[in-house]
Amino acid sequence: MKTRNRRRLTADVALVLVGAAFVLPLAWVLLSSVDADANLRVKLPAHPTLDNFDAVLKPDITFTPLLNSLILCGGATLLTVVCAALAAYPLSRYRSRLNTPFLTTTLFATCLPITAVMVPVYALFVQVNLIDTMSGTIYFFTASQLPFAIWLMKNFMDGVPKELEEAAWTDGANTFQSLIRIVLPLMGPGVAVVTVFSFTMMWGNFFVPFMLLLSPDQMPASVSINDFFGNRGTVVYGQLAAFSILYSTPVILLYVLVSRRFGGGFALGGAMKG
Amino acid sequence: MVLFLAGPIAYCAYIAFTDLQLTGQAESSFVGFDNFTAAFRDDAFLNAVRLTLVFTFLSSIVGQNTLGLALAALMQRASKPVRTVTGAVVVTAWVLPEVVAGFLLYAFFRREGTLNAILDWLHLPSQNWLFTLPILAVSFANVWRGTAFSMLVYSAALSEIPKEVTESAEVDGANSWQRLWHITLPMIRRSIGTNLMLNTLQTLSVFGLIWVMTRGGPGNRSQTLPLFMYEQAFQKSMIGYGTAVALLLLVVGSLFSLVYMRLLRTEA
Repeated sequence: MKTRNRRRLTADVALVLVGAAFVLPLAWVLLSSVDADANLRVKLPAHPTLDNFDAVLKPDITFTPLLNSLILCGGATLLTVVCAALAAYPLSRYRSRLNTPFLTTTLFATCLPITAVMVPVYALFVQVNLIDTMSGTIYFFTASQLPFAIWLMKNFMDGVPKELEEAAWTDGANTFQSLIRIVLPLMGPGVAVVTVFSFTMMWGNFFVPFMLLLSPDQMPASVSINDFFGNRGTVVYGQLAAFSILYSTPVILLYVLVSRRFGGGFALGGAMKG
Repeated sequence: MVLFLAGPIAYCAYIAFTDLQLTGQAESSFVGFDNFTAAFRDDAFLNAVRLTLVFTFLSSIVGQNTLGLALAALMQRASKPVRTVTGAVVVTAWVLPEVVAGFLLYAFFRREGTLNAILDWLHLPSQNWLFTLPILAVSFANVWRGTAFSMLVYSAALSEIPKEVTESAEVDGANSWQRLWHITLPMIRRSIGTNLMLNTLQTLSVFGLIWVMTRGGPGNRSQTLPLFMYEQAFQKSMIGYGTAVALLLLVVGSLFSLVYMRLLRTEA
């Protein structure tokens, strides 16, 4: 028993040390956001204040970019989930010779470095006039997120027993109805996971809107945060920190909500099953 | 049935469409393999390749993977509050948007930043990390951001190891290192493979983090392939050349991807 206690203590100390190293940058953002004269060091604010939040809570600094983010990510997430559900259903329910190649392709596409695709996509978007449009960016977001979403969705869908659906068919429901009424509600947690995961991925994505959108009034928060550095002269670290917090809050909340309900590492369950 | 197949088919068509345009674009702006031969003769490109290798090796293979495994292993033994708090912190770093993470670590590594403050306090020599060791700084940043994934994967894997196995080994007198080496690692070797693969792929395409922290600089000392590609294609307007670099990056990604699928298949 004694060795076990000692071992636990060692583990605790080691974890606390690593945790402290991880927490330092986070502490900076939290403390600086309420510090009137914030610099780059972690320090307790001499005069705690909410001025930084006041300064950034303006339409052109916070609300427009966050709204843009919301439109982009919300639209793309919706599209992703709908497409993924429609694609996953036949993959999960019907045996077809195409299934395996399709799934292999999806998995393959999931793994490709999306960054590498951006240059050709930019060139393509210029040609088809989708550059600097919200809709174009939404399509691309959707396309880039779909492989993984389909993959996750299929794994969740496999967990819904077929018998329930067969019962619905006997009662005269067609396949589409049974998908909407029976399968999707039963895999509610799965759908939630796919939704939240897609949304989080896109919310944080910097490169895609950075490349595909040009006009400042369409920029989502991930890109507009750059303005704190270059265009506005000297960097006001306090405001930068305040904005970072505002911008990060939604995804953290979503993550907490989902992992509370469905257990930690939620996205991995489906992904690692193969 | 037709309706349900329409989704995937439309998606396939979209992919095929992009692929078509992709190669079309590459062909129209490059003359034979000139871009590729040029790339391999370009010192800046070779530098980017080297940096990408260093970055991937340090941050993904050594950093995220090992630290993730260590954290997961420690968590098995630690007391509950410590486990919860540390876990939450590490996962928060992971959930944060890429750009925000970039800023946080930029602040951390700057000359007047937190790291130097701590070093001063410990009477250790401080330096301008982003200037003297940019690639090391961004690698650390990537470890900070990405370790949670490995930690979650390994936690899941470790919790699936039956207790009896480790306990009987303990009874037989194996010390912790022996247990780790002979029992734990072999039992989670598939997770290790999958995790390494995913980490590597993820790390290959990191852009925002490095962009925010160093813009690939100073000079080009932290310019990994994605940043190099961006510079060529947009700041120097050589889309053709940029695309060639992108294709090379894609090929590397595909190779990793194929290995990854192999791993999954043997698992199934």
